[in-house]
Amino acid sequence: MNNSNSVRVGFFLALRGVRRASKWTNFLIIIVMALTFLNLMVVSGILVGLIEGVVKTIRTHYTSDILISNKLENNFIERTPFILSVLKNIPEIAAVTPRSVASGMVEADYKIIRRASEIGNRAGTSIVGIDPEAEDAVTNLSNLIIVGEYLTPTDYDQVLVGALLLKKYLNVDSQSFQALENVDVGSMIRVTVEGSVREVKVKGIVRSKADEIDRRVFFINRQLRPMIGREDYNADEIAIKLKPGADPNTIRDLIIAQGVDRYARVQTYIDSEPKFVKDMKQTFALLGNIISSVGLVVASITIFIVIFINAITRRKYIGILKGIGVSGRTIEISYIFQALFYALIGTAVGISVVYLGLEPYLLAHPINFPFSDGILVVTPLGTIVRALILFIATLISGYIPARLVVRGNTLDAILGRN
Amino acid sequence: MIEARDIVKSFHDGQREYRVLKGVSLTVPEGEFVAVMGRSGAGKSTLLYQLSLLDHPTSGTIVIDGIPTEGLTHDERTAFRLTRLGYVFQDYAIVPDLTAIENTAVPIMMQGIRKKAAYEKASYALSRVGLENRLHHLPSQLSGGEQQRVAIARAIVNNPKIIFADEPTANLDSETGSQVIELFRELNENGQTIIMVTHEDEYGAYAGRTITLSDGEIISDIQKKQNAVSL
Repeated sequence: MNNSNSVRVGFFLALRGVRRASKWTNFLIIIVMALTFLNLMVVSGILVGLIEGVVKTIRTHYTSDILISNKLENNFIERTPFILSVLKNIPEIAAVTPRSVASGMVEADYKIIRRASEIGNRAGTSIVGIDPEAEDAVTNLSNLIIVGEYLTPTDYDQVLVGALLLKKYLNVDSQSFQALENVDVGSMIRVTVEGSVREVKVKGIVRSKADEIDRRVFFINRQLRPMIGREDYNADEIAIKLKPGADPNTIRDLIIAQGVDRYARVQTYIDSEPKFVKDMKQTFALLGNIISSVGLVVASITIFIVIFINAITRRKYIGILKGIGVSGRTIEISYIFQALFYALIGTAVGISVVYLGLEPYLLAHPINFPFSDGILVVTPLGTIVRALILFIATLISGYIPARLVVRGNTLDAILGRN
Repeated sequence: MIEARDIVKSFHDGQREYRVLKGVSLTVPEGEFVAVMGRSGAGKSTLLYQLSLLDHPTSGTIVIDGIPTEGLTHDERTAFRLTRLGYVFQDYAIVPDLTAIENTAVPIMMQGIRKKAAYEKASYALSRVGLENRLHHLPSQLSGGEQQRVAIARAIVNNPKIIFADEPTANLDSETGSQVIELFRELNENGQTIIMVTHEDEYGAYAGRTITLSDGEIISDIQKKQNAVSL
């Protein structure tokens, strides 16, 4: 008997086997397959999404699409006005926000007289000067205010404080993570930066779950500049938001082509990702794959058991089919078709749940992890690869038990002998 | 057409050996209707399994249509059964997921015939056994007699030269049993060789030749219209 006959008759038998199997059995097997596929997709997708949530926050609220920063050998971005004029002439750029950044210290309860050995209620931080309107146009910083209000361009002696600089929001007791106690909106704090000391009022508290934002203190730039001796218009960071559809790599190259890289580093949000974030992404993806692999093994065993029980309970009929001249290969193929059918439907259900349910839902309602708003990261390529993995696992899990039963003695199968 | 020589079939239970067939030899020419009879445990079904290539004898040779069968591989034996032999099992043995016409069409489809043509042949075979109105019924929707007739239709659909039947009336009432035996007789009249195991004398009487087994040996081989051959 040739192979095409085996495939044809195998398909014929499989189709009828599935169609006339118990609806509950079919339903149960398809649910197992769908859950297996979801396990493959969602576990790694959530783990990667956890980091992706951080990356997304940093992109949205800190770097935007392109970040220009000082060269390593300079303290600030040289010729900032020239760079800003270059940026102004690129039509794909939607908004730009230059920032001044300096290291400093914030103190609360500073009027209390302390012993010389006492450190006091203080924390080291980055002091950032912004143009509130420009910053909001690029990073939507006002959306991150959890208590109080956002800055206006004339808010002298008022600051926004990152939540991780306040004990109230940082539940870590460590010298590496100094935070202020008893500070809230309306509190007065003392800021020391580049030798300047200033008493300011906390106008709002910012929280984004990204350290780059949550451990900063924001002044209006107009006030900070004189404090740090930056009378020229040079900035330390320029975040650039592009119009929808513009490619960050292309625009980065365009900016570089105009000579900006002589004075500053020009990076897309991906270029500027710290290495540890990239490493964490890979680590979490690997972890996800390991966990998914365990799920895959469990599912393969489940499929194996389901097909094995199915084949064992139908051993007599398998024997009869062989007895009337249906080849063992044909019967094996029919079981493989059945297993693939379940994998196909299970995968289709899984894909529908992921793309029509989980992914859009989690994008709209991210999981509130302590350090990230977790989303579900799924890609078409990842989906195809996982579907293929499931199909191969199903094929093997369906084939082995079918072969075990089919290869048994025909007469023993017919007579129900062991 | 079938030549079996010194067929021995043994089973082992630990150290003990049970010889179910003890050197059976027989020749069945083309077109005969043979009833294999004997008491329970005489070795009737075991002989049928050897002759129909469902089992391998422990020793001895079986030649069918001039082809020695002992050298055939597993797949070759399956193909041999498909193309040359028909088999009716004792307990109907039709596949529960398949309708009457599907059960009957499978052996033809295995030979490369397209589904439509296979269904036409299966439909014809089922009409020969009086099931032309039950083509699309599942086994669960058929009576025992109807299921046995589906099994017969499946056995004859390939127009095999030899049909083996193992106690085909065992699970049927006497009226249905008679109908089934009558059907075998008709097939035999059309030239097909029938080898049927039965323990019921009433049905054995339909056959032109009766072979009686006892304790794994042929004790009588009687041709109707001829004198009994005592062994």
